[in-house]
Amino acid sequence: MNHALILPILLPMFVGSLLLCGAHLRLKFKRLLSLASAGLLVPLSLWLLLQADQGLLQSYALGNWQAPFGIVLLLDRLSALMLVVTAVLGFFALAYAVRGDDERGHNFHALFQFQLMGINGAFLTGDLFNLFVFFEILLIASYSLLVHGGGAQRVRAGLHYVVLNLVGSAFFLIAVGVLYGITGTLNMADMAQRVAAADADQAPLLGAAGLLLLVVFGLKAAVLPLYFWLPRAYAASTAPVAALFAIMTKVGLYSIIRVYTLIFGDEAGSLANMVQDWLWPLALLTLGLGVIGALAAVTLQGLVAYLMVVSVGTLLAGVAIGTPQALSAALFYLVHSTWVAGGLFLLADLISRQRGEKHGDLVQGPALQNPHVLGALFFLGAIAVAGLPPLSGFIGKLLLLRALEPCVQALFLWPVVLVGGLGMLIALSRAGSTLFWRVGRDQLDSAELDRGRLLACLGLLLLSPLLVVFAAPIIEFVDAAALQVHDLAQYRQTLNGGAQ
Amino acid sequence: MEALFAVTLGILTASGVYLLLRARTFPVVMGLTLISYAVNLFLFAMGRLQTGAASVIGRSDVYGDPLPQALVLTAIVIGFAMTAFLVVLALRSVGETQTDHVDGRESA
Repeated sequence: MNHALILPILLPMFVGSLLLCGAHLRLKFKRLLSLASAGLLVPLSLWLLLQADQGLLQSYALGNWQAPFGIVLLLDRLSALMLVVTAVLGFFALAYAVRGDDERGHNFHALFQFQLMGINGAFLTGDLFNLFVFFEILLIASYSLLVHGGGAQRVRAGLHYVVLNLVGSAFFLIAVGVLYGITGTLNMADMAQRVAAADADQAPLLGAAGLLLLVVFGLKAAVLPLYFWLPRAYAASTAPVAALFAIMTKVGLYSIIRVYTLIFGDEAGSLANMVQDWLWPLALLTLGLGVIGALAAVTLQGLVAYLMVVSVGTLLAGVAIGTPQALSAALFYLVHSTWVAGGLFLLADLISRQRGEKHGDLVQGPALQNPHVLGALFFLGAIAVAGLPPLSGFIGKLLLLRALEPCVQALFLWPVVLVGGLGMLIALSRAGSTLFWRVGRDQLDSAELDRGRLLACLGLLLLSPLLVVFAAPIIEFVDAAALQVHDLAQYRQTLNGGAQ
Repeated sequence: MEALFAVTLGILTASGVYLLLRARTFPVVMGLTLISYAVNLFLFAMGRLQTGAASVIGRSDVYGDPLPQALVLTAIVIGFAMTAFLVVLALRSVGETQTDHVDGRESA
């Protein structure tokens, strides 16, 4: 048994607890500890990625209780990829936060670690109830992080976010309860077998539970009609928190991929691929409405938040097509969109800091102190997120469009994605010209550009060209990941103590 | 017993949903609490309703399913923490916005 599998959960948990106990310690020490933990997660998850790339599914039975009776952690290529995306994003967001944003409230670093723990756990677990528990861990940390810094707007957005997610948790429990009541198991691989073998008269109940889960994951992933909380919550939160939240919608998407390929996947009998028909229109509508939201956004933060909704729609379209090829395109786009969205949230904060009272509002404001640096970064980020060549967004979209042969589905997907790209471009150019060209004469000298913050933001945005340079091995990896997710026999083997 | 159980759950959930849709934070918190009670009872019932069945093997001929009880325990703890957090957040919201409306401002 490979004990490294549980380290991405244990490391932030211990460091977080330590930070909580040592809340009175010097800030410098807390920052170092927190950064060390977030930094260590990067090589750790890269190492797990290399292990997963050997093609064998690894499982880790907690307390050595064998599946399906105990809780297991599963490491396949998909979860390893998600761990790497989280670790890199978390490190840069934290590097940004230690330049001052962590002083705006209590226990920022402990909460940040618990958030990382919850996210890593959700990606690793192979047990449906355990997934619920990790969801709650990452949620309760995110509730506190969202209101970090205080202020009426954050509290208002936070209240909506908390109430919505509590209702979501209730739905999750009902769905898990029904699934357990019928199948008698919580292990996802075992549940997949039981669902495949279920009687015809149990199929409606199982289907209802499956669709309830879709509501929960759709709420987390911000899919239409459940995305209305996202723009307000993300725009209101502190920049490093918003950047870290870029992975939160992906937790929902990951759960959709996991549950609807494994439990309700190709082999689920009459329930096989039952959500595909729902996902397809929802994905396109989410994409379209996200673009309209981006065009109508009045603040830079709101604009980036709506761009996030667009990326969720694009990703979901890749999942809804259902072929391994489309899934692999979606995974490439997921890596790109998470990092670039995180970088853009940080950049939006850097720009807002130089605009005084105008903050992130898209109206004429004072001249920026560093228009060239920030303008270049904005240009880079805008090209990446709108999906223009030569950056990674272009490759992601190209892969997705090529995943469909000319057919009826393509007739819907191509125009929506391409016109959506145009809409994003218009929204971003309007924002850019307002921020950098339509400025007054006087400068505010109150806000110096902080080197550390700039580097953290630059680091995230520069990952986009890096994704292009190393596109070949990455695409090879996501292809293999998508194929592995569809190879259900591998997951069944974990039940008999097979793959260790 | 099943019918009584189902009716109880139905009433709890319906009251919870009704309260959840109110405009003030206090009824919303109450509504969420009622819904979480209903959900916990529902989870508990997923181990099937039986009387006189201990969940330890060997104590009786029929035995109850211990797993839903463990799940309910976890769900209760999590629900309790979430409710506590929500109450604090609602109080904070009243302090910051001077109103207990869920939108943070009185509707016109």
